[in-house]
Order: sequence, then structure tokens, then C-alpha cells
Amino acid sequence: MPQITRLHELVYELKIAEVMTHDVITVSPQTSMAELRKILQEHRISGTPVVESGELAGIISIEDLIKALAAGEMGVTVGERMTRDPVVLCADDRVVLAVDHFTRYGFGRFPIVDEDGKLVGILTQGDVTRGLLKKLEFEYHEDEVRRYRASHIFEDVVSDRTSIFLHYDVVARDFDHAGEASSKIKRALNHLGVSSQIVRRAAIAAYEAEMNIVIHTNEGGAMAVEVRPERIVLRAVDTGPGILDIERAMEPGFSTAPEWVREMGFGAGMGLSNIKVCTDEMRLQSPLGAHTLLEAVIYLDQERSRGESRGV
Amino acid sequence: MTLEEICRQLHLEVRAAPGKLGAEVTGGYASDLLSCVMAKAQAGFVWVTLQSHPNIVAVASLANLAGIIITEGMNPDPATIEKAEEQGIPILTTPLTTFTVVGRLFELGVPGVDDVSA
Repeated sequence: MPQITRLHELVYELKIAEVMTHDVITVSPQTSMAELRKILQEHRISGTPVVESGELAGIISIEDLIKALAAGEMGVTVGERMTRDPVVLCADDRVVLAVDHFTRYGFGRFPIVDEDGKLVGILTQGDVTRGLLKKLEFEYHEDEVRRYRASHIFEDVVSDRTSIFLHYDVVARDFDHAGEASSKIKRALNHLGVSSQIVRRAAIAAYEAEMNIVIHTNEGGAMAVEVRPERIVLRAVDTGPGILDIERAMEPGFSTAPEWVREMGFGAGMGLSNIKVCTDEMRLQSPLGAHTLLEAVIYLDQERSRGESRGV
Repeated sequence: MTLEEICRQLHLEVRAAPGKLGAEVTGGYASDLLSCVMAKAQAGFVWVTLQSHPNIVAVASLANLAGIIITEGMNPDPATIEKAEEQGIPILTTPLTTFTVVGRLFELGVPGVDDVSA
């Protein structure tokens, strides 16, 4: 399936009015070819609409001029050599129609008219390219501003203690969507301007916690991430079956995952120890036959964080 | 060394994200246990495995890996390809065994985690 890029979407979203040149240089049917030459030269354009008493009468291009020059007819008027009833586009039309027209007719420019047929602009392929690039740049800039705002939210919002809570539901045994909550957490932390090293640690801890819920629980569970200026707190909670021996569960390599899960590469018995290595604090509560509550903390102030020195 | 060069040298078939092959590969890691990959593989590493289900893409994406080489002719699920395209994680396949792929990567100068200073 071909990928639809933002550029494709924009071609359908943008109206011609947004990319066309508004200040159109026009000539009248009475303009001589010699005068036309001067006008085209002066404005560095290769064609122009012909207007008579406010109405679009035709279009004349540099090709018409060259033909007249070759025939030694510089004295003739634009009106005698112009193309009458030129193909026009409406200012309200989408840019995609213009792209289609450029391909279909092979013309260098189209006069743009409003609903009443009045000339309001002109469109070249250069206008389309420039318009699309400008819009892309604008959106990129907006995205940067949004990112800046997100990463400065803790400075912008004043309270005694600011926290951002993110909640995610995790479905048991759903291996097709497993990992999606962690991916979203990773993206959110990136947006909030958390350093990439810490995002990676949080993402690994979140992934292991998420997979534990997917693999081991009966009814699934939930994950909550609390982002504070000085720390990230990850909480994973489920409704059972609970962990028989927490101490053993913490041992690297100890696993209670069923064989079919292990065949997929999960259940290596590394999950909890991975979380412990990636985070600065970790607590696990799990009365057997009841819920499991995992809480892991990553410090955001570098001096207190252990992760950097452990090469995680 | 870029992923593209590795593809050429090892005759790997590109199955997803051909636009992301320019990434510089900083090292390699081989395992079929996802948690081990999470724990050990570093950002920019290429991962050699015979797992082919969609979750390998999540692992590679979360750990910022350069790409995944699936060995022994294992055919990645359509869902794996789709996810990999979506997240921009190159998936490369080969009929060679993991042992051989790793050996050739090593010959090309791609270091393992034990020889890369964190």
C-alpha cells in the first residue's frame, strides 16, 4: 500500500487561494508585443493574463512572444496573438486540482478566478511548491512550539506541587497490542522534554511491567505514570492472581510463564530485575490470590539518579 | 557502518522501513529473549533474532535499536511488517543461522555489548 505522506494530505487540504500569487501583472489586448517583452523582462515572468475592462479576456505567454519575434511581428497587439477563453481554476478549488491541471494541460500557469469569474490571482507550479513548503515549515514550527510548551509545563504552571498523570489500560493475553502503552508513555515523556537516557529507562521499566500484566494476569490491569518536576513514578496494578514468592520472582531468570509464552521470547524471568536495574526505587506488593501493585521511581535530577553510572 | 552496508555485505532482504537503512549501527546483540534485549542492547544496535512476531518491533522501538535481522528464513508476520513500517524499524531477513550472521557482523567490525563502552 503506498504511503500517504503529509504532502499528499496537504494537496487535498490547501485551497488554491492559499498558495497563488495575488498581485497579478496583467496586460490589455491593446498592449503591443514590444511592450509585452518589456513587461515580462521587468517582472521576470513567462506569461500573463490579458484583461479587458475588468474581465479576463485571454492569456499570453513568452512562447507567443518568441513566435512573434521570429516572424518579425513585434508591432502586433497582444489581443491578436493571445489564447482566448483560457483554462482557469477557482480560488476555492483544492491544490490537488491544480496539480492535476498542470499534468493534464502542460501549461506553465493558470489564471485564478473567484465565483463571479473575476481574476483574483495566478498560479504557477512554483507557487504550488512554495505554498506547500511554507505550510510544512509552519506546521513544523507549530510542532516545535507545542513541544517547547510541553517541556516547560512545570515552569509555566504554578502550584505547590504539579503532577501529570497518564493512565493506560492493559489487556491480558493480548500480544498483538502488548507494548503499546509503553510506546505511548515513551512518546509522552519525550514530549515533556525528559532526557533521552531517562526516557529509555522509563520505557524499559514500563514495557516489562506491561508485559507482566499481559502474560500473568487473569483480567488485565492498568498502568499509571505520574510525572513530577523531580521524578517519574510508574505504577502498575492488576487484580490477580498475585505472586507466590516475591523474593524468588525478583531473581533474574526465575519465571512462571507458560511454555507457549516463552516460545515467543517472553517470560525470560528478567522482567522484575530489569525494572529494578532501570529505576531508582522499586516496591512490589502482592498478597497471593489478590492484586499486584508495582511502584517504580526514576529521579529526574541527575545527581540523585543512579541510572547513568550503571550504563543502562 | 550503516545498516545499508550490512544488508549489502550479508545479502539481507529488506522487509520493512527501507528508508531507515542509513542509520549508523553502533553494535550488535543476539538473543531470542525479549527482556534480555531490553536489558542489554544499546541504542543504535542491530538485533539478531529468530523471533518474528509483532512485539519485536515494540522492543526495538522502545530500546531505540537501529534494526532487526530475522534469521533462519523465518517469515515475519504481516502485522510485524506493518508495525515496523509504522514505527520506522527496519526488518531484514536471511536464511543464515544466527551464529553465522553474528560471525559475519563481527568480521565487519560490528562490536558486541561487551566491547562497547556504555
